Amino acid sequence: MSTATAPTPTIAPASPRRLVDFVLRARTFGILGVLALFVLITTAIQPRFLHADNIRFILATTALYALVSVGETFVVITRNVDLSVGSVVGLSAYVSANMFQAHHGIPIPVVFLVGLGVGLACGVVTGVITAVGRVPSLVVTLAMLYIIRGVDTIIVGSGQVVANALPNSFINIFHATVLGIPDIAIAVAIVVAIAAYYLRSFRSGRELYAMGSDPDAARLGGIPIGRRIFGAFVLSGALAGLGGVLWATQYNTIDATAATGLELQVIAAVVVGGVAIFGGSGSVVGAALGALLLQTISSALNVLGVPSLWTMAISGFLLLVAITLDRGIQLWLAAALRRRRVHLGA
Amino acid sequence: MEPERRTLRDRIAPLIRWESGLAIALVGVLILGNSISSQFFSSYNIFTLCTNIGDLALLALPMTLIIITGEIDLSVASVLAVSAETLGALWTHHWPMALIFVVCLVIGATAGLINGLLITRVGLPSLAVTIGTLTLYRGLANVILGASTVSNFPAPFNTLGVNGFLGIPWLSWSVAIFLVCAVITGVMLRMTPFGRSLYAIGLSQEAAFHAGIRVKRTKLLLFVASGVVAAAVGMLYAFELSSAGENIGIGFELQVVTIVLLGGVSIFGGKGTILGVALAAFVYAGLRSALLLTPSFNENDFEVVSGGLLILSVLIPNTASFVQRARMLMRRGHVRDRRKVLALADAEVLDRD
Repeated sequence: MSTATAPTPTIAPASPRRLVDFVLRARTFGILGVLALFVLITTAIQPRFLHADNIRFILATTALYALVSVGETFVVITRNVDLSVGSVVGLSAYVSANMFQAHHGIPIPVVFLVGLGVGLACGVVTGVITAVGRVPSLVVTLAMLYIIRGVDTIIVGSGQVVANALPNSFINIFHATVLGIPDIAIAVAIVVAIAAYYLRSFRSGRELYAMGSDPDAARLGGIPIGRRIFGAFVLSGALAGLGGVLWATQYNTIDATAATGLELQVIAAVVVGGVAIFGGSGSVVGAALGALLLQTISSALNVLGVPSLWTMAISGFLLLVAITLDRGIQLWLAAALRRRRVHLGA
Repeated sequence: MEPERRTLRDRIAPLIRWESGLAIALVGVLILGNSISSQFFSSYNIFTLCTNIGDLALLALPMTLIIITGEIDLSVASVLAVSAETLGALWTHHWPMALIFVVCLVIGATAGLINGLLITRVGLPSLAVTIGTLTLYRGLANVILGASTVSNFPAPFNTLGVNGFLGIPWLSWSVAIFLVCAVITGVMLRMTPFGRSLYAIGLSQEAAFHAGIRVKRTKLLLFVASGVVAAAVGMLYAFELSSAGENIGIGFELQVVTIVLLGGVSIFGGKGTILGVALAAFVYAGLRSALLLTPSFNENDFEVVSGGLLILSVLIPNTASFVQRARMLMRRGHVRDRRKVLALADAEVLDRD
């Protein structure tokens, strides 16, 4: 390649690494920009949007999606996908909320543990089949989507959990706030922070990225691929299990169709948040912001009086815009790095 | 290898195929169905079985071609819904049926074109694109009719789900159409340069490109075809139900992918036959019908069964090839240690050398 014949002046003598970091950070802040834009426009048309109650509601509903997105991000970074989270949330929501019907006066932490346990069990099954059987996760989790939903339907039968059966202290979890911020949003923010720190600074966290960037190289580099994939699926299942309990606190009435199709919204959040669907790049903070953006938009449409029918179409459209933009950034970055390398004479 | 060393094993080997396994499974399912209930082979039951599977099987045809090239189209059920609801909306506005057909097919082609352009020209992964359009198209479909349902379709169409094909009481229109289309697609895939090029693309896009195959154009064409078929099936399905309304065909994409993978098509591309997919469709439908005839079994329980089938359909070939690699290594005699053999057979990277 002799593109060096047409030298272009370098703008900044930054190292390629710093450029990549900058662009990736800009990608995350880009979501915040879009978010701010949406909030501004909506508030200009309908000031009610910025009312404290509405903000609180948006944060509380985001919590569930952000939590499940964290697990999904771990899986997607390794170049896998978990389509079963919607079914796990549904099963966990019913099983955990049903504990109140089955055992009166059961302490709430135990219910959360039950939800976590249900999620863990689902994650372990998915993880074992994917990691030991060496089969594509797309197929396995598609099958688990059916199987877990089927098990859910069998367990639920024609019954359902109704709000009357739930203690007020449980229902209040969704509404409780500290300094005006919903408790569950704070809890999920802490989970996101821990996950982000783990992915950034732990060896095994970095290995997840390596696996997603180049599975063959990662294997030859001695990364225990199977164990890492298993771990990612177990985490995804566990967080979806906890998400199920949050679902129960929010909706209170739970039948066998609870959280159907949630996996699509979670994947949309993750992808809008800048996690590459073929692995190797992205952050949990981005995914959580993606979830926040989607919930904000859905609430904005609601406040603006757009029929809720449109919400689905718009979230699909946003997903397409996000991946198209990412592709553009990726191509631009690759070109920029190539130009720079020529300059450095490397 | 010298001809006299051809053992019985070598002669049987070509018969050991995924398709033969499916054929045996189909016979097994039919025997099972008959032993569960004498109603199984009644013309009414076979007709119900056919109407249930025909539409899914039709959607599975373009899906097979797309998966063979290494892509996937998860938006088919949403395109189906857009088409069905457009049909309903336009019919209530008293449009002539022929014009509605054209409009729906054009909508399907456009939907497929959008998928195809984003995948081939922008270069986005089909999984992400079609998850996006799954949501987008389903959202648009919801907007078209809202919560209302249209069911007053005119005479020749509203009986499609009740009357058999050309007066044959047990054969539904959808299955008859499927069989014709399957033969055409199967011949195209096996005999024509276009069909063979799909396998080449699935095995190695780059090699196919350098061999002069127009990879992008081929994929674009397949996605458009998938959209058109989904739109056509949408109309057929609405006529069979004699209604078009909210949530029509929701979740079909998963069942279609299940059938295709059960048919022995590799999710990584480059492998699979129409015969396998057709057999898989009937195994799927037969098993469902047989199980539903047992008194204690209901519709929802089948979700577990079909999920289990899907996992088996990828686990079995994987395990088989693992065992084969391990045996090959053993026979070569390079490695004697059992654990080492397993590790080597496990490492696909090393095995490729």
